[in-house]
Amino acid sequence: MSGAAPAGAVRVMPVGEHALLVELPGESETGTLHAELLRRRAAGLLPPVREIVPAARTVLLDGLDDPARLAGELARWEIPRPDPRAAGSVEIRVRYDGPDLAEVAALWGVTPREAAERHASVAYRVAFCGFAPGFGYLTGLPEKLAVPRRPTPRTAVPAGSVAVAGAYTGVYPRSSPGGWQLIGTTDAVLWDPSREPAALLAPGTLVRFTAAEGR
Amino acid sequence: MSDGAFAVVRAGALTTVQDGGRAGHAHLGVPRSGALDAPAARLVNRLVGNADDAAVLETTLTGCAVRPRRSVVAAVGGAPCRVTVDGRPAAWGAPLRVPAGAVLEAHAAARGVRSYLAFGGGIAVEPVLGSRSTDLLSGLGPGPLTDGAVLPLGPRPASGGGGGGPVPWPAPPDELLLRIRLGPRDDWFTPAALRTLAAGRYHVTSSSNRIGLRTDGPPLERAVRGELLSEGMVLGAVQVPPDGRPVVFLADHPTTGGYPVVGVVAEPDLAAAAQAVPGTPVRFLPVHRAGGRQDPGHTARAGRG
Repeated sequence: MSGAAPAGAVRVMPVGEHALLVELPGESETGTLHAELLRRRAAGLLPPVREIVPAARTVLLDGLDDPARLAGELARWEIPRPDPRAAGSVEIRVRYDGPDLAEVAALWGVTPREAAERHASVAYRVAFCGFAPGFGYLTGLPEKLAVPRRPTPRTAVPAGSVAVAGAYTGVYPRSSPGGWQLIGTTDAVLWDPSREPAALLAPGTLVRFTAAEGR
Repeated sequence: MSDGAFAVVRAGALTTVQDGGRAGHAHLGVPRSGALDAPAARLVNRLVGNADDAAVLETTLTGCAVRPRRSVVAAVGGAPCRVTVDGRPAAWGAPLRVPAGAVLEAHAAARGVRSYLAFGGGIAVEPVLGSRSTDLLSGLGPGPLTDGAVLPLGPRPASGGGGGGPVPWPAPPDELLLRIRLGPRDDWFTPAALRTLAAGRYHVTSSSNRIGLRTDGPPLERAVRGELLSEGMVLGAVQVPPDGRPVVFLADHPTTGGYPVVGVVAEPDLAAAAQAVPGTPVRFLPVHRAGGRQDPGHTARAGRG
């Protein structure tokens, strides 16, 4: 709680009659506001809201009775640094055996083994979810390691595939079409609606990948 | 086999189980789902004595037929259609008793798209994340009905249903009037595009589904050429893909999207959108918030993470 560090203007836009879209200058400010919204909701300091949906540079608040009022209040918030432990952390064991590992390694200018070590050395955070239930967009890779999506998406990417695109890392919760570069495989169950919580990764979760034997 | 169940005799083109939806999980990428014509689903539930958000069947154009294993109070509403019980005409939009083993059929929609079938006690498939709705985008909940499938029914409601007289049903629209509040990304479009949106003639295309009502008409020209980063989407959001033709997001819409949202359709207008057949003319009617300004332009300060 070292106090609020002003980080520039935040835009609050109405979305229909019952929602607000808060646009922030960057990824870290977005994560900070999202953590603060969850903290305030848990503490009963937020008016009832159906959905809080973070994305790359925005947080959507949907299902508000009086969005204009909250928009006005948001403008006056002093936002403390978030407690990094609040969102929890998980460790995911990966076999770095993906069909695109060699290609990603070439893009990074290293050997496949070094690419695996590099990927596993990073502390990741789930910036937001989307695409499919339980699919998290993990940030942490430096921007200089950003890789393009595959020119032609695969029609079926197996569940548990660990993949990179841009500077994001993701794990496919179930078999689905996908255009990300596949670098590994995990047995972790990313999504199980009969489990509580259903999603292994939620926005804010801290993630470490550890290399399993098999490569 | 339990008698609290019905067998699917004719599944129809696309019949799904729908209730009040799966709210509260959008941050995990889970769509809301739920009945597209929500007022119609509420009405058929009331006719049989259920809670408003009990699970019902939602048909698509061609109706469906089911055979309850016990006698049950049922009601068919939404898109008007011929209703029969064992081939004999029965009332649409009113409670009716279906004897055990008889076939209740909702025939093809005479107008509109989606008919709703409620059963006393509701459809009692296992809920997923608090909802029994079929989610066609991400595959949660029960799959679409198939011929021969058997679905469980809940216990008869205490009130028994059948109360009340005829209820008013809005007719499926000849022309779809969608009130739209501009934003959050109307500034990504040219002033001419916003005039086109308000004055242009659009119509519903046949690629519309539970995810979105797709329209064809004059394309909306972008003022900003860049790519929008993905952001959260709401029910009724009017997203404009690169072809410039507005898509109105319905219940199974993705929770985030990367095309700019020019405006949001008022939720009460989405029931009519659910019943608009392909070819139906669409007009977007921009509405302004009290006070007249579209964008309050609030600013705030946030800590650095």
